[in-house]
Amino acid sequence: MDIELPESIRAHLPVLVVLLPLFGGLLAMFTGLVQRGGGVIAWAWSVLTTALMLICAAAMLQQVHASPEPLVYRLGSWPEAYGIGYSVDALNAYVILVVSIIAFLTTVYAKDSVMAEIANDRHHLFYSVWLLAIAGLIGITVTGDTFNIYVLLEISSLTVYTLVALGGDRDRRALVASLKYLILGSIGATFILLGIGYLLMLTGTLNMTDMHDQLVRMREAGDLVNNRTVFVSFAFLMVGLSLKMALFPLHLWLPNAYTYAPSAVSALVAATATKVGVYMTFRFVFTIYGGVYDTSADLQLLALCACLGIVVSSLSAIRQMNVKKVLAYSSVGQIAYIVLGFSLANHAGVTASVIHIFNHAIIKGGMFMAVGAVALRTGGTKIEDFKGIGRQMPVTMAAFTVGGCGLIGVPLTSGFISKWYLVQAAMQEGYWGVAGVVLLGGVLAIIYVWRLVEIIWFGTPDDPSKRVKEAPLSMLIPMWILIGASLYFGVDATWTADSAQAAASLLLNGGHG
Amino acid sequence: MAANNQPESGGEQMSQQTLLRVIAKMTIPFILTFGCYVILHGELGPGGGFQGGVIVAAAFILYGLVFGADELRRRIPTSIIDACMALGALLYAGVGLACVLRGGTFLDYGMLKPDHAGDGEALGMSLVEYGVGLTVASVMVTIYLMISERRATLRKGEVS
Repeated sequence: MDIELPESIRAHLPVLVVLLPLFGGLLAMFTGLVQRGGGVIAWAWSVLTTALMLICAAAMLQQVHASPEPLVYRLGSWPEAYGIGYSVDALNAYVILVVSIIAFLTTVYAKDSVMAEIANDRHHLFYSVWLLAIAGLIGITVTGDTFNIYVLLEISSLTVYTLVALGGDRDRRALVASLKYLILGSIGATFILLGIGYLLMLTGTLNMTDMHDQLVRMREAGDLVNNRTVFVSFAFLMVGLSLKMALFPLHLWLPNAYTYAPSAVSALVAATATKVGVYMTFRFVFTIYGGVYDTSADLQLLALCACLGIVVSSLSAIRQMNVKKVLAYSSVGQIAYIVLGFSLANHAGVTASVIHIFNHAIIKGGMFMAVGAVALRTGGTKIEDFKGIGRQMPVTMAAFTVGGCGLIGVPLTSGFISKWYLVQAAMQEGYWGVAGVVLLGGVLAIIYVWRLVEIIWFGTPDDPSKRVKEAPLSMLIPMWILIGASLYFGVDATWTADSAQAAASLLLNGGHG
Repeated sequence: MAANNQPESGGEQMSQQTLLRVIAKMTIPFILTFGCYVILHGELGPGGGFQGGVIVAAAFILYGLVFGADELRRRIPTSIIDACMALGALLYAGVGLACVLRGGTFLDYGMLKPDHAGDGEALGMSLVEYGVGLTVASVMVTIYLMISERRATLRKGEVS
């Protein structure tokens, strides 16, 4: 699949992937001026924008693989030391592609769900904020400037708070969930900003590569021994980033935000927002601090949090009475797997993390879409709404079941590939306990997935006379593309494994971005 | 506050005060002019898009306070304010895009007028400031309208 773009466009790809959703979002606002059917126009416009963005992202990945050096784009032609430089290498080109795929598919999916869940006079606002959130997420991933990361992080966070709050039309609890997310998210962002500030104070630069070079130089000169500033900046960044990616025990904002958000928003945010948080952590831990500390020893605390997170969140998932909440707690557990992988700081571990970013995005995205389809037809996502739904919506629920198998890590699903790499990484380091935790997490996942599967296929509805239709095609197709991809990449993991290994080598070898 | 003592009809009462109405009507054009001046002169003196935008918004908010938020909403429909919010940001991003189309990188103002050093930068920055001003003004008015709307619904809830 080769994508040929004219040279004049190719030179601007790094900025185009951000500009497309940014302009798209701003223009989507004008559909509010249309008296009738503005929502459908806004939706069609969003699909077009995200499709173009997806093409650009795919072309950019190709370009990165073809050239040995990262692509660099200087905004306003300022040198990177003074201005903002976008820099794309094997890692972020891959993450951008993942985010773009999910963004495109969830936008296609959103049409009916948004019609049903959000008041008509807010559709133009919804799609506008939706595209701006995507612009923020892609922007974080593409930029090579730490302060720019913070600004784009705020753009994506503020828009996601709004998107979650729009669930208030269906369930007022969305407003409280959004406020809680806003408070905790702002605390996290403040920690990140302070961490970046200390780094700026120390190195005098905001560019990541430059920062890394300065820190390595200081280390060689012996300036970093007992240097409190470096230590505090690292600690602040880790706390802030852990909040943003919902690492146990800083995950408290996540379950309610995912549960009460509109269905399409849950699918988008669950599949991309925390992944972008993980990407930022990669950048800070490996690209900036790589070679500055003995990373594997410093990351042991993260590994401990991740192990606890896997067990505790899976246990919480078992007890939930709302299917969306089960998936949300499961997301906390899956993020913990990703964190566990890279905190082992060996090649197999980082590979497992990068692979799982993609695998979890497609599995969880697909499952949230399936739940959204049920919410559209039955009007709720409680366990009772799912009793015996498998016989009435077989295609949707088959997707849900296959996704559940992926969460467990059944062979032939992509979840298995991630776990395989993760267990391998743990054994390489001789951490048998960690490997045990990963397997225990799988067992707990069997329990919470089976509990749902049993209700879906073998339960009897409370009201047997109530019939519901299968979900519309506009929902089924994106859902099955994601779930089908999780099966395909479970059988043939060449593409994901190659991309992930390239990214892992890049990160562990000093990780210049 | 006076509005707390007579919550039922705070807005209407104010609009019946002749002095308030006359003074508001007289000052609003001057506030608007001053706001535009701060935006337009921002690149050379103190001020700029943010400050000027807030001053422009203050004129609309004063109108809303004196004549009631509903009257303000009738004069400028919310859909137009929403569009203005996007229009300002679009002007900003559009300047950046124009630089790309002229063969530079994003936000490379110099490319707007490559023949005259400095002219392109001045033009780009001024346009960006106008965009900021428009967005800030419409966002401020929206915030005011949102808060007044929320109050109205709460009041209804209290009565019923």
